[in-house]
Amino acid sequence: MILEGRVWRYGDNVDTDVIIPARYLNSADPKELATHCMEDIDPTFAGKVKVGDIIVAGRNFGCGSSREHAPVAIKASGVPCVIADSFARIFYRNAINIGLPLIELGEAVAEIHNGDAVQIDLDTGLVKNVTTGKSYQVQPLPDFIQEIASAGGLINYVKGGRA
Amino acid sequence: MGMTMTEKIFARHAGLDRVVPGQLIKCKVDLVLGNDITAPPAIKEFERIGRPVFDKNKIALVPDHFAPNKDIKSAEMAKIMREFAKKHDITNYFEVGRMGIEHVLLPEVGLVAPGELIIGADSHTCTYGALGAFATGVGSTDMGAAMATGDTWFKVPSSIKVILTGKMPRWVSGKDIILTLIGLIGVDGARYQALEFTGDGVSALSMTDRLTIANMAIEAGAKNGIFPVDNATLEYISSRVDREYVTVKADEDASYERVITIALDSLTPVVALPHLPENVRPIGEVKETVIDQVVIGSCTNGRIEDLEQAAEILDGKKVHSGVRAIVIPGSQDVYLEAMKKGYIETFIKAGAVVSTPTCGPCLGGHMGILAAGERAVATTNRNFRGRMGHVDSEVYLAGPAVAAASAIMGRIAAPWEVKV
Ligand code: SF4
Repeated sequence: MILEGRVWRYGDNVDTDVIIPARYLNSADPKELATHCMEDIDPTFAGKVKVGDIIVAGRNFGCGSSREHAPVAIKASGVPCVIADSFARIFYRNAINIGLPLIELGEAVAEIHNGDAVQIDLDTGLVKNVTTGKSYQVQPLPDFIQEIASAGGLINYVKGGRA
Repeated sequence: MGMTMTEKIFARHAGLDRVVPGQLIKCKVDLVLGNDITAPPAIKEFERIGRPVFDKNKIALVPDHFAPNKDIKSAEMAKIMREFAKKHDITNYFEVGRMGIEHVLLPEVGLVAPGELIIGADSHTCTYGALGAFATGVGSTDMGAAMATGDTWFKVPSSIKVILTGKMPRWVSGKDIILTLIGLIGVDGARYQALEFTGDGVSALSMTDRLTIANMAIEAGAKNGIFPVDNATLEYISSRVDREYVTVKADEDASYERVITIALDSLTPVVALPHLPENVRPIGEVKETVIDQVVIGSCTNGRIEDLEQAAEILDGKKVHSGVRAIVIPGSQDVYLEAMKKGYIETFIKAGAVVSTPTCGPCLGGHMGILAAGERAVATTNRNFRGRMGHVDSEVYLAGPAVAAASAIMGRIAAPWEVKV
């Protein structure tokens, strides 16, 4: 699958409390969560994000709590993929499980800026910054995780009798 | 090549002779945990699978985050969990009045034993590593799937060995050890890795200190934190656990990606400044910082020894007129014991409020939310922007001694400023 979108650029250690503040966790409705997505780091995000836009961030994206509401809010905002230098592990797991693909790009994220257009080929792991013309190759996801992803998330994977 | 504690627990639960870091494995779980925020989405996913629960005795459900229900929406979420527990006859559902903060409660009621593998839809599930178990936080979907299958997938982490030597000086606690470590390696210093604590310093640590340390392994990005099983562990579980369990020990030749030594004698109370747990400073270097609120409690520091430390400092003293001091015992048992020991009276006489067990302000839920511009010293574990309320409020993390001293002084203070 090929994705292309505009970049919302954030820094290091974007935690789940700013992705979706706890005061909104009394709901698990994705649409409602999306209206508060990134609110405490960027109050403009929820109002301006367009379907297909891509979040690009620095190190340890998604650190903090295990709230699945964080990747759910991002996905429900229409963001099809997050690129970061690195991800916190529970966030990584949750994103895979709910079907939000993540690209761990390493330090090269420094070359992607707010508003750039990026193109991502999820099958080959090729990331292209259309604005600067630079391309990056990342490791494709391990088979096991690809199976979960192609089943449409962990629940379908389990339902399919593979776990 | 030998195996670490984490690798051994993984191998046994995966039915393998050995595992190596990086390997993807499927493991049986001994306990699946969820709370009032994470269980409702997990239940929804569970129901999509359409199977019964794998074992009604191996699921723990604790309404603690927004409980007692803080508003209508949270009441509805708690209700989903309560009804699920009833429908599936879940043994370990803890209703308000019998509950506590999950990570204080579960070890206390004997739901954690050495060598077990526990997952919880809460990031601080790693707390249980204090008892020599492998425990880690997962998301709601993981929880939902595991409630049906009794297993889950893992990537075997590499391990960091943390050697603790010597003994802590007075007023230093487990909180200062873990904050010092996080200050040293950073909030992603152990990302995807296991933190294995060892060394002669461990034997001098109480279970409370170990639980506090393992609790915050996640704040260094770790998958889990784990302690060796010794006499203190066995004594702690002797009256609580009556099922069989298998203790594991790290092999002499186990391989670690990194070794860090912390001399406990050299430690001093520390504070993590906003807005990251890695912004750690010795108390002596923290500039005069006026505060509005103090919170003593949470899954990090809501146990009886934590309250004891705070009570020792607050005894006969008054909370500063500019400070709201909120004390939250971590469980009903802790509450009761604090009452018997006179700590509750000490807190109330000092002018603090004592709450029923709840996560409450720790995650900015209820019972002590900060307004814009306000500052709190808290014995909790995260000081992210907006964590305890308004996005322009600030949280300073510290142990119970510093928190109590700060409550009296109205600014961040060292314990020895109020008590010799
Ligand atoms: S006390 Fe705080 S950190 Fe612990 S489980 Fe509750 S909200 Fe999470």
